[in-house]
Amino acid sequence: MLSNFGITVSIISLLLTTSILYLSYYDLKSSGNNVSKKIYKFAFFQIVFTFLGFITLIVAYVISDFSLINVYENSHTTKPLFYKISGTWGNHEGSLLLWINILVLFSFLFLILNKNKNKNFKLYTLIFQNLLISAFLIFLLTNSNPFSLLYPIPTEGMGLNPILQDPALAIHPPLLYIGFVGSSIYFSIALAALISKVDSKSLALTIKPWVSVSWTFQTLGILVGSIWAYYELGWGGFWFWDPVENSSLMPWFLMTALLHSVLVLERRIGLYSWVIILSILTFTMSVVGTFLVRSGILNSVHTFANDPSRGLFILSFLALMVFSSIFIFFKYAPDDNKNYKIFSKESFILANNWFMIFFLAVVLIGTLYPVFLDTLTGQKISVGPPYYNFILAPFLLPLLFLMTLGPKHKWISSDMIGIFNIALFISVILFIIIFLSIKDSSILMLLILLFSTYLITQTIFDFYEKFKNKNINLSRIISHFGFGMLIFSISLNQIYSVEKSFNARIGDEKNFQNYTIKFNNLETFSKNNFKSVKGYFEIIDNKNTTSQNLTPEIRVYNQPEIITYEASINTRFFSDTYLTMSNISNSDIFNIKFQKKPFMNFIWFSVLLISIGGILQFLRFEKKI
Amino acid sequence: MLNIKTKNRLLIFLSIFALTIILTIFLFKTLRNNVLYFYSPSEVSKTDEKAFKNNIRLGGMVKPGSVETDDNEIKFIVTDYKKEIIVTYRGTVPALFEEGKGVVAEGKLKDKNFFLAKRILAKHDENYMPPEIQESLKQNAK
Repeated sequence: MLSNFGITVSIISLLLTTSILYLSYYDLKSSGNNVSKKIYKFAFFQIVFTFLGFITLIVAYVISDFSLINVYENSHTTKPLFYKISGTWGNHEGSLLLWINILVLFSFLFLILNKNKNKNFKLYTLIFQNLLISAFLIFLLTNSNPFSLLYPIPTEGMGLNPILQDPALAIHPPLLYIGFVGSSIYFSIALAALISKVDSKSLALTIKPWVSVSWTFQTLGILVGSIWAYYELGWGGFWFWDPVENSSLMPWFLMTALLHSVLVLERRIGLYSWVIILSILTFTMSVVGTFLVRSGILNSVHTFANDPSRGLFILSFLALMVFSSIFIFFKYAPDDNKNYKIFSKESFILANNWFMIFFLAVVLIGTLYPVFLDTLTGQKISVGPPYYNFILAPFLLPLLFLMTLGPKHKWISSDMIGIFNIALFISVILFIIIFLSIKDSSILMLLILLFSTYLITQTIFDFYEKFKNKNINLSRIISHFGFGMLIFSISLNQIYSVEKSFNARIGDEKNFQNYTIKFNNLETFSKNNFKSVKGYFEIIDNKNTTSQNLTPEIRVYNQPEIITYEASINTRFFSDTYLTMSNISNSDIFNIKFQKKPFMNFIWFSVLLISIGGILQFLRFEKKI
Repeated sequence: MLNIKTKNRLLIFLSIFALTIILTIFLFKTLRNNVLYFYSPSEVSKTDEKAFKNNIRLGGMVKPGSVETDDNEIKFIVTDYKKEIIVTYRGTVPALFEEGKGVVAEGKLKDKNFFLAKRILAKHDENYMPPEIQESLKQNAK
């Protein structure tokens, strides 16, 4: 029953979407200064029905309706309610439905929040957005229908992989999708602005809040995914340069570039075409990311059940989207006028954009090169983290430096600002203290530490000045401070990480460097849906004779039958202690991996700060209107 | 003749072009040095030993009954049903590591029969088989 209802509701959404397209097209020619009331009504019903479809699927998960293949494959009656609900978007079909819901939500919000904009501009935006919606609805109904029936109806579902039953991973997809799909609205706005010849200022003001929102969510989504990987995957890293991770980072670079160049556009100093190109690219990159993740052409540690036909659809859609946007761009793009000098804020923002595009190119090449090589020569390769670290690290130096200086310059023209100031002086002193306490490290690492210290101190000074001068942009200060902190903490994390792998029996004691690890005891117990073997370890730091107890686990889940190794992490303010344990040959010998991960808290917190900057930027904008 | 504006534009365009080329060359050079090639045990036995100076990825099935753990390390045999390679590894294995299932090990070859793994790769899905392994197994079945 739910299946029929879900499919009917989705078909109604598709019909409503096509009606909106039809009505908008005819409304373009009508006189009148306002968008026809009818369109508002249809848009309202469109969001109601689309949302109803999503609710239907959630209900199917909650009541465990196994007549739906999707529910059968991804759920189980004994699963906690929270994970039944989050299981809805934990799979391809369900997440596509979520994707469509966000597309419709943004379309609706755009319509009702921009009452006073140029009529044709709004209508064109609506047309482009609804073209996207209908394409994805068709994809949902023909290829990836979450409401497909299964007969005979099984009595029990296959369950959700326990590694995915996690609060962080429950909110990770919605956050990331608001980021990814949020970029659709400025894709539509950009194309509409070209056709209806909207001026720079109103284009900038229209897309700015959407860019801030999607950028903030994208940042948070990446953060949550990274935290999950850190404690659930058990290798103790927070970024792996894995193709799936890269797919979320690439749109982020473009959003960051856009977030900055919109500021220039807002002051009518140029970059009109560039902002349009970036808007188009961002959504394109989001769809590329989805394609890479869902089509299965990538060899990744994250694995999704794959199906080549999905990839084919997304790829054809992508090709169509890119070619039509290029066509629209070349047909309507106006000439840009530039009238600013080299030492001006605009130049620095442009420099930011160059860096973001460069980072994007590096990550894109690293991600796609294995795919191309495989298709062309059949040779299987993978690109390791050293490639990214080796190329990106040196470019952090100029980026950090420009981030420090850029914001101090004025718009249009300004004198070269002296780089020798108190902030630099203080950061050099701080750096010398850090330098003396680090025994051995590469010059590059030290330089990165110096430049990030400079950025941090400079932004603290800016923050102080903010109290005297209300015009300074707080969101910029917080985000830049967060970025400085992030690079600083990652560098120290790299330098000070300790790792040791060994095998041990109960009662064994291992000594290395300053640490003693005692394997004290082993206990088995069983819980609702898993059995567990828990190891009791004592870790003694011989330097300051503190000890901590860690209890890594080996869990055997019953639905589905899966073994997981639960890392035990003891988080202290400056450093995490990380212990994982595994056993493969059913012997009494266990494989142990001990890690000391300094500054993990600081890494998470800095990314949070970066995203708070995005929220502030959005609020600041709201206040102005 | 070109006027100043066009000349400037040309100059900017050319310098950007040159910069892009230099960066691209730099990029691909780094890329070349940092890729990990994927080998199956049969491919290892066919390949020249000089190629084994770098880290590689070795993929195949964990031979049933071959996993051994002693006080120092884990030892197991990776097979593609034609050739076998002994892998030694120190550390924790991912949860989906099991006898008779697919595995990808990253590390260095000591010789054609002996592999020192630095990392055993994790896969989220219990039914999942890395495409490379699937392909090399398919070829061997012919």
